[in-house]
Amino acid sequence: MTHTLTTAGPLPAQDPCDGYDVTVVGAGVVGAAIARELARYPLRIALVDAADDVGSGTSKANTAILHTGFDAVPGSLEARLVREGYALLADYAGETGIPLERVGALLVAWDGDQLATLPGLLDKAVRNGYHAARLIGADELRAREPRLGPGALGALEVPDESIICPWTTPLAYATQAVRAGVHLHLNCRVNSVDQGGDVHTLTTSRGPLRTRHVVNAAGLHADEIDRMLGNDVFTVTPRRGQLIVYDKLARDLVGHILLPVPGPGGKGVLVAPTVFGNVLLGPTAEELDDRTDTASTAEGLRLLREKGRRIVPRLVDEEVTAVYAGLRAATGQEDYRIQEYPALRYVAVGGIRSTGLTASLAIARHVVELLAATGLELTGPRDLPPLTMPGLGEASPRPYLSAALIAGDPAYGSIVCHCEQVTLGEIRDALASTIPPCSVDGLRRRTRARGGRCQGFHCGAAVRALVEEGTAANGDDEEAHR
Amino acid sequence: MTGSERNGRTARDVDVLIVGAGPAGLAAGAELAAAGVDRVEILEREQQAGGVPRHCHHGGFGAPTGLLARARALARRSADGGGGGMDGPAYARQHVTAALSAGAALRTGVTVTGWAGPRTVDTTGPAGLERITARAVVLATGARERPRSARLIPGTRPAGVYTTGELQQAVHLYGQRIGTRAVVVGDEPVGYAAAGTLRAAGVEVVAVVTDRRASRLRPHGRSPLLTGATVTGLRGRPRLSGVELRHEDGRTTTLSCDTVVLSGDFVPDHELARRGGLVLDPGTRGPAYDAAFRTSRPGVFAAGNVLHAVERAGFAAEEGRAVAVPVLHRLLGTEEPGGRGPSLVVEAPLRWIAPNTAGPDGARPPGDRFLLRAARPLTLPVLAVTQDGRELHRQRSLPSSGPGRSLHLAAGWLDRVDPHGPAVRIAVL
Repeated sequence: MTHTLTTAGPLPAQDPCDGYDVTVVGAGVVGAAIARELARYPLRIALVDAADDVGSGTSKANTAILHTGFDAVPGSLEARLVREGYALLADYAGETGIPLERVGALLVAWDGDQLATLPGLLDKAVRNGYHAARLIGADELRAREPRLGPGALGALEVPDESIICPWTTPLAYATQAVRAGVHLHLNCRVNSVDQGGDVHTLTTSRGPLRTRHVVNAAGLHADEIDRMLGNDVFTVTPRRGQLIVYDKLARDLVGHILLPVPGPGGKGVLVAPTVFGNVLLGPTAEELDDRTDTASTAEGLRLLREKGRRIVPRLVDEEVTAVYAGLRAATGQEDYRIQEYPALRYVAVGGIRSTGLTASLAIARHVVELLAATGLELTGPRDLPPLTMPGLGEASPRPYLSAALIAGDPAYGSIVCHCEQVTLGEIRDALASTIPPCSVDGLRRRTRARGGRCQGFHCGAAVRALVEEGTAANGDDEEAHR
Repeated sequence: MTGSERNGRTARDVDVLIVGAGPAGLAAGAELAAAGVDRVEILEREQQAGGVPRHCHHGGFGAPTGLLARARALARRSADGGGGGMDGPAYARQHVTAALSAGAALRTGVTVTGWAGPRTVDTTGPAGLERITARAVVLATGARERPRSARLIPGTRPAGVYTTGELQQAVHLYGQRIGTRAVVVGDEPVGYAAAGTLRAAGVEVVAVVTDRRASRLRPHGRSPLLTGATVTGLRGRPRLSGVELRHEDGRTTTLSCDTVVLSGDFVPDHELARRGGLVLDPGTRGPAYDAAFRTSRPGVFAAGNVLHAVERAGFAAEEGRAVAVPVLHRLLGTEEPGGRGPSLVVEAPLRWIAPNTAGPDGARPPGDRFLLRAARPLTLPVLAVTQDGRELHRQRSLPSSGPGRSLHLAAGWLDRVDPHGPAVRIAVL
């Protein structure tokens, strides 16, 4: 099977002259999910992104939680899609090997007001169709989370809240889409859209792209794309979330996702395990103007440490593995802004905030239905070929511990990144995968290499050498349209 | 050597297993093998043995220590640009040769991935999985520099941010391109080594930046030194464009550069020790240990910079040689098990003391002295050692030149410690 993935040069000639049937703008978790859903049909589909990799914008920097949606606004589109998406993604993760752990969440009340809020949240969970939540008292809470700071009064337990890998998920979607025939064009920024007759012409940084239908899943830039199509419905206001990742040696301090009780100041700061065996503290919530400002700040880190010290005091004495910041695409409306425009053969998918990872597969189904309403013919659906992703999760079998794997190929016994125990075999596989990384960061999101506590002190140069070697080899292949 | 297979893991026994083939581990292996121990095995997770010196291409390794010798070496350095002694790779090779010719087994590319018993470890290597049980284990896992994230330096996450370790490997082991203009953060010797590596790679060193004050610093080498300045952020995307600084007087500036090296601020690679449930010292963050290098677990010893990040390679090697004696006692059954004596606890502004446990038998540390680090430079500090309010020792110490250099404390008071008493406290009067 020929896979079409391009990262440079003019876009390949589109034949026939009306180009693609559908083009999805934005290869984040939502756009990749939509492309994958569309790939079930015999259509000519393009997935384009301005960045050099899938899932490298908002999707890569979030709290990596698979939400039950217990606290969504009842009756909202978001509530429905999160509920449906939870089930869909949990199943999909099981099929494909996306790391997922059902650790459960505890919404911890630290004062009387918060404690008084919990029954209302329990009621809201029920109205959202979630029935497994329950209230627990201070003693049970202490027994469940012995490292919790002093003064916790009780909690709402949400046993199905889970942690998931935010990197493998969009990559799995995009990989399956590309293998099913979707054309993926990276480094391909959409600068303007011409609507002529039956075909839109997208002027991209890599030349014109013709398509009959457009899906706008451009995340932080969704409003810009929307305006290119003649709308002026919403404005994206980036809301920055800074997060601190603590070392794996801190993992035993925390058993559950420890959620704050939402208050007037927003959803607040959580402490959660990660599927890589670390502990996450964050996020902050800061309204910004700059859609690219993913910098962390001294003030933000100070605030997080202060909050973290209250929640799990011993956590903040542990070594920090990483600090990052993500931007949520807030639009001033507490719901997703998914809208179809039949006359334009266009669907806008805006305002997908932190629940987008959870809801992604449900959003994709919903959007494909809306595309049908814009005149896209959806006939002859087929099953997608099954997919197995590399097991990046700490809870799943890792190659460095597999005698059978190493016996078959010694490269799986050769550890390159010591902090994350990533082997040469895994790095080589990632560099030869359907959507190979084109940077050290991209490799990290596929293998965990260079993402550990030493941040490259030990393996940084070796990993860079492997990436440079691998991308050079891929560049040679690309001419031949892998 | 008896091998057996279970769950695809080959089980073996050795006499002494040494984890880490840096100066400490190699010296321990050489000493033990030379003393006639049959099965001494050194495991190294890197492909090449030698530890950090492998990528330190500056001189000064193996040069005599002591104040006078160092002053002479310094004078030579300013005269000829060298550092005396040999360069790091030569030093590493010398240690490898010594260990091998003494009869120690050295296996590289083999990683200890965890514990399966008190003195049993699991390993992964290209040849497969093993479970190795030893009569004595020596942890010599060394140290690493804290990266940008662990230092909580805010800002963007651009390319061009290095620790000295990564920089040296990139330049000396892989010949990678670095950048054009660099800032080095930290003025400890390793910071100047980083500056030297940058220049060797054709990178202009814009400044060496330190938060210490000018009056305490000697001018050093060819790099402009910026004192009393704290790094407050990194700028640039995707490549570094500048380092933001706040000066002592509150002024803020941005140094324009495309590369920054965060040097110094070493932390022990203590993960294996901690995973094994060994008691750690809260000050050093390495395993708690006594003067005979005994950790809290009988038969598990530690040596080198995992104990006290970070001392010179020669010091780590000296500890490697010294650990051989208590290990031999262990093998001969004449060991006093450690890990039960009172802890040695420092008070601020002291940050740590090493060793940090009083042993059961009054054993003295190498050189008959303790190492101490302070959070700030101290002028001729008077150190007092007390236990339960009783003063055991008092002495004036030579000034430390800063957070990266150790103070020394004579060890003669160790035999006056009540082994059943409370923690021994070390304070600056």
